[in-house]
Amino acid sequence: MKRHLLEAADLDRADATLMLDTAAQIESALAGREVKKLPTLRGRTVVNLFYEDSTRTRISFELAAKRLSADVINFSAKGSSVSKGESLKDTALTLEAMGSDAIVVRHPASGAPHRLAHWVRGSVVNAGDGTHEHPTQALLDAYTIRQRLGRLDGVRVVLTGDVLHSRVARSNVWLLHTLGAEVTVVAPPTLLPVGVGSWPVSVSYDLDAVLPNADVIMMLRVQAERMNASFFPSAREYSRRYGLDARRMALLPDDAIVMHPGPMNRGMEIAAEVADSVRSTIVEQVGNGVSVRMAVLYLLLGGAPE
Amino acid sequence: MTTYLIKGARPYGEDTVDIVLRDSIIASIGEDLSVPGAEVVDATGLVALPGLVDLHTHLREPGREDAETVQTGSRAAALGGFTAVHAMANTDPVADTAGVVEQVWRLGQEAGLVDVVPVGAVTVGLAGTQLAELGAMADSAARVRVFSDDGHCVADPALMRRALEYVKALDGVVAQHAEEPRLTAGAQMHEGDRSARLGLTGWPAAAEEAIIARDVLLAGHVGARLHVCHVSTAGSVDILRWAKFRGVQVTAEVTPHHLLLTDECAEGYDPVFKVNPPLRTDADVQALRAGLADGTIDAVATDHAPHAMEDKECEWAMARPGMIGLEQALSVVVDTMVETGLLDWRGLADRMSVRPAAIGRLEGLGLHAQGRPLAPGEPANLVLVDPAFRGTVDPAALASRSRNSPYAGRELPGRVVHTFLRGAPTVLDGKATR
Repeated sequence: MKRHLLEAADLDRADATLMLDTAAQIESALAGREVKKLPTLRGRTVVNLFYEDSTRTRISFELAAKRLSADVINFSAKGSSVSKGESLKDTALTLEAMGSDAIVVRHPASGAPHRLAHWVRGSVVNAGDGTHEHPTQALLDAYTIRQRLGRLDGVRVVLTGDVLHSRVARSNVWLLHTLGAEVTVVAPPTLLPVGVGSWPVSVSYDLDAVLPNADVIMMLRVQAERMNASFFPSAREYSRRYGLDARRMALLPDDAIVMHPGPMNRGMEIAAEVADSVRSTIVEQVGNGVSVRMAVLYLLLGGAPE
Repeated sequence: MTTYLIKGARPYGEDTVDIVLRDSIIASIGEDLSVPGAEVVDATGLVALPGLVDLHTHLREPGREDAETVQTGSRAAALGGFTAVHAMANTDPVADTAGVVEQVWRLGQEAGLVDVVPVGAVTVGLAGTQLAELGAMADSAARVRVFSDDGHCVADPALMRRALEYVKALDGVVAQHAEEPRLTAGAQMHEGDRSARLGLTGWPAAAEEAIIARDVLLAGHVGARLHVCHVSTAGSVDILRWAKFRGVQVTAEVTPHHLLLTDECAEGYDPVFKVNPPLRTDADVQALRAGLADGTIDAVATDHAPHAMEDKECEWAMARPGMIGLEQALSVVVDTMVETGLLDWRGLADRMSVRPAAIGRLEGLGLHAQGRPLAPGEPANLVLVDPAFRGTVDPAALASRSRNSPYAGRELPGRVVHTFLRGAPTVLDGKATR
């Protein structure tokens, strides 16, 4: 196991599977317990270093660390480190001097966790960096798919939305590929990166055409403001061509599931009746996030199992 | 003034001769010369070349003396084998008046290690809206001939046309930083497979090529001279080749780093590899080498861009673009062009001395001329290079005040042993003389 979790792209199949299996073990170990807590990381310190607002991810990591009995410090530094005055490096060295064993970092700049990993001795967990990656999101998505469908190998996953600006998309593309899934990305060409041809995915511009052959449809958040930079003409046109509404959901095979990493734009990329349908795993994803993040912290910090 | 007798040098890598430097000029070249009273410099096995001329150096003074000064940059240049450098205009204050260019010129004279030739800004404050007083800068003591808003593109096509026309009266040239700004908003690296995976906003090759295509058409239309800074793409080389074939008066430069490094360097997000224009693909590197070899690209220019530590030890997106290169430029060109057989030593001298001097209009200045051949009667500007040397780059050992070298830890061939500026040594045995 590596010391850091910087990106899903550098996880091999064995490590990724171990993370998912460990999450499952932790979940069953805690099932039915009155006190939902393991003593594994007692005396260890985990810092949540968040340069962007993200209540759900921060809370999920905080809960994961606390359920492993670690001490948790939340360090919120909204805006860039430069505009705040203290450099990322100085912040990292300060946190390390205070005895942090792991830094969970969310940052608006792609690659910031890689830089951090150069400067500190402890573990670095990427909790989302710019438009690069969000590896624990992909792990919890993979965990959720495996839980619902019983497997990942050969599962046909459609990712649709703002792939260009999505760190969730990048992490999912690499992790799902590593775990044997067949990934198709669907978006207007403006929201796909130049270079998407080098990814291990199929590319389509036509959502209706791919839905009948999908086991999983994963919706990515699309910001309506993107239309101001002409990525698409209007929110309404986007929604018509790429939004998941009840008509489109009906094109899916009967046992296919609908996923969304949240926060959702109801009415934009996903219709309310789809988000709330039985196919939707959106609430499960949130719950699974805690188990998966526990597994990641446990494996990186090398805590002995109970 | 001391007379120097250089023993056993090989001009342009050819036959071994002795060279006598006296009264600022090359007094004689021949076999087994002896000059009573002369100081003898052992140059056994060393290649003698005319002093190198850089069209594109950022010396950071005035304004960012923490990153570089005219003094420290001059020392780095001399150690790199240069006898003249063009100092870019994006200082603080901007070199957009006769006062600032004369200040930089005087600082260069005081440093006395290379001829510091100021570049004047094309537009006031590099803002791209109003022409700076180009004539005043041309007529000043600094004798500006190269005008550039480098760091920014002169993006307004009407303003670019006027600038090209106006400098005709000054025997000047507009050196364009070719980057269509509407296509590079927030850009961090070359747009392609790697940017797609690394999640860094892409800088498309077309943003450079579109401006070069536009500007060669404008230069052809008004019959003016255009110089293109730091060409970085295969498409740009194609456009330049087409324009030259059509008779457009266009010249172009390529940096050492674009001849050697690719966007692969962005893996790991170390901002020492962040540069504008960005490092491109291997196919671009090959096209740039071929373009430099066949003369489509006229010159190698360093784009030496020193930055303070805090501007590079940070997140990629927050880092300033640019890398230092004066001290490794010759080695990189030896590595990429000479050892690959693409250029011989005469070719290297042409691209790193003769042509850049001609573009900057330095070749006809009598005793102060640059880029002249190694021949009796010419100004004694020369560099002696050990072609057999191979060494590993240690940024801490560089003369530049900054440490942002992309070549750290890399083994490169060739070493500058001696440099002479008008008959006086600026570097002896690899050490700057002042």
